[in-house]
Amino acid sequence: MDLEFGSEYDEFTKNVQDFCKKYSNAIITNANDKKFEMHDALSGNSNEKTGKVINRSEWQRLLIEKGYFARSIPKEYGGYGGEPDIIKSRIIANEFSKNKVPNAMGGQGIDMLVPTLLEWGTEEQKQKYIKSTLHGETIWCQGYSEPNAGSDLANLQTKGELIDGKWVINGQKIWTSTAQFSQMMFCLIRTEPDASKHAGISFILIPMDTPGIEIRPLVDMTLKAGFNEVFFDDVTVPEENLVAKRGEGWSVANSVLGHERGSLANPNATMNRLNTLINLMKEETIDGRRLIDVPSYRDRLLQVQGKVMAVQAHSLRLLSSKINPNQNVKLGGMIQKLVGTELRHELEGLAIDIMGELGTLYEDDPNVRDGGSWQFTYMYFLGLIIGGGTNQIQKNIISERGLGMPREPKVTVEV
Amino acid sequence: MYFGLSEEQEFFQDNVKKFLADNASIDEIRKIAIGEGQDLQSEIFQGIINLGINALLVPEKYGGLGVGLLHAVAISQALGNGVGPIPFSASYVMAPLAINLGGSEKQKEELLPKIVSNETRFGVGLSEFVGAREDAGLEIKNNKATGRALFVMDAENSDKIILATKAGVLFFIDSKDKNLIANGLTTVDKTRTFQELILDKVDCEILEESSKNIEVVKKVIDAGRIILAADTLGASESMIEKAIAYSKERKQFNRTIGSFQAVKHMCAEMAADLEPCYSLVWQAAHSFDVDSPFESRLLACQAKSHLSEIGKSVSKKATEVHGGMGFTDLLGLHYWFKRIGLNRQILGAPEIVREEAAEIQGFNQ
Repeated sequence: MDLEFGSEYDEFTKNVQDFCKKYSNAIITNANDKKFEMHDALSGNSNEKTGKVINRSEWQRLLIEKGYFARSIPKEYGGYGGEPDIIKSRIIANEFSKNKVPNAMGGQGIDMLVPTLLEWGTEEQKQKYIKSTLHGETIWCQGYSEPNAGSDLANLQTKGELIDGKWVINGQKIWTSTAQFSQMMFCLIRTEPDASKHAGISFILIPMDTPGIEIRPLVDMTLKAGFNEVFFDDVTVPEENLVAKRGEGWSVANSVLGHERGSLANPNATMNRLNTLINLMKEETIDGRRLIDVPSYRDRLLQVQGKVMAVQAHSLRLLSSKINPNQNVKLGGMIQKLVGTELRHELEGLAIDIMGELGTLYEDDPNVRDGGSWQFTYMYFLGLIIGGGTNQIQKNIISERGLGMPREPKVTVEV
Repeated sequence: MYFGLSEEQEFFQDNVKKFLADNASIDEIRKIAIGEGQDLQSEIFQGIINLGINALLVPEKYGGLGVGLLHAVAISQALGNGVGPIPFSASYVMAPLAINLGGSEKQKEELLPKIVSNETRFGVGLSEFVGAREDAGLEIKNNKATGRALFVMDAENSDKIILATKAGVLFFIDSKDKNLIANGLTTVDKTRTFQELILDKVDCEILEESSKNIEVVKKVIDAGRIILAADTLGASESMIEKAIAYSKERKQFNRTIGSFQAVKHMCAEMAADLEPCYSLVWQAAHSFDVDSPFESRLLACQAKSHLSEIGKSVSKKATEVHGGMGFTDLLGLHYWFKRIGLNRQILGAPEIVREEAAEIQGFNQ
């Protein structure tokens, strides 16, 4: 066991710390604030907001320039162009979290499309899309799920035909978050109707202002998360918007899906929310007693803290396995989405419970605490428990691929 | 940066696991449990001693291996995994630490080498300091100890016993003292022993540093809690493995029961609950070894209470996966269930330990 990063990282750590001091509690403003309204609560950013005011796109550029974001993405595509270094990435994440510096923007463009294009895209595609995505100027949405293709995603039916050198697309996507703010969608389309289920899918990029696209907001229980249904009626896009080869879409999508699952519940964000919860319990009172002085509430807090500490320690073990390739933590990686989302849901729900009546307040109520973020995040994480591969699907994956248990026999007769 | 057990620690752990698999099968455990295996038990004990577990935490200066608590955690996992019917937590973790941290130089020179040579085996009882009952309690007057101590660990057949006063002063007595009455306790767990001691002016020697510094007894308790958490970790791991293996064999409705989602999901839940526990327990031990007092005490409390909760849930679910067989003595799964259950209660049940964790963090004003 050796938890030191080594003296060769001392100078780097000091530079990051100096930067963090300057931007502690910074306020990042957005061209369209609505879509980032709850970004801070979700990613565990500080709600103190007493620091410098910076525009989001400028913030993204500054972080790239310093090498604190898009670190290993080549310079020619708008990244910092550094060598991949897991330890440096961890130092950046830790110092940002400790010093309450807002994280770089995430989202499906940055977290999913950029790595996909780096792996599968043509040179033109990389040049065209990566830089503006990193700068937060091109927002992407993901067109994967359909009404009849949820857990069974490969059953998707939205159809694409290549006619006169153009893709003509018809069908429907659902659960498309941020579609209404996005310039682009990366989409799974059935282009090879005669091929087998998984081999008939292609990965296609679609500009959201293409005629024939209709976006209908799908209001979810938070009333703000911003899901949509997206309909395609003879939507026509250039042939070169295909990523990888025809029929390779399933492989393309799978190569980054694992990444999304891990990122759904970042342990640093969970730890920051726990600290916010502790502060809340020290400040709020009930019948003249601080909430933290109510023994049953305190015990529940400590139970959650034990889980958070376990998950944090676990993330160190996962980090270690990336640095030391002989270390096997296959099962340890598979459980992250299940454990992380359930834990956040429990943590946010505890805040609501202990606030009693106050816990029900939401949106712009004058008495609402922390901007209504507890209720929002509590509900949002229920969404994440279901989304990104439901936690029941996660349990299938863990038991079959992680524990070597037999698959459920296929039903051969229609019931 | 490397987070995990070292090759050497894993090697040692595998040796203990393998030794238990070869020498302490379920039939042997059962014999010991019903009190028919005294010889067997001493053979197993001797075999484990030959592997060197008694020397782990004794500094090299006194003839030991001088390794850290993380090493002992690796062994404790193996012992939990095979429900090893031998003394360990008290005799070879808490006792050497108590003497090394709390003894004078003279006491260390006298006592520690004898742990390594296996001339002296210690039992340890700290219940008078952690969660003392009303009718228990120990007092020292003119180097004689009087009172009652409950749940003294690894005391059966020991040579000496380390005890604590209410104020946390550590002292040791001779297990054969004529003024000492020792009653074996009947607990659910038959793989380890506990005694109630009644002392009437028993000769005792105080571990000198411990009377000046309350940190000594606290550190010994931290270590004991981490070791019990590791035991639960190993026992839980074994129960999950057994549940998965059984579910792949047992057939109902012409299918292995492991192909039913109801069963698969229980196994996935157990694995997902337990997987982060390795990291928590290892980090707690590492933090103890590098001696960062605040962090390590909090981690020791949280490792103990979190593993108690996860162990409880795993031992229930793993038993359920076995169906009716899980409930029987034929499979003997209950030895693991009970061992986990006992670990939960010793050195502070989860609620008590969490309350301590709250105090450490200044939550209760």
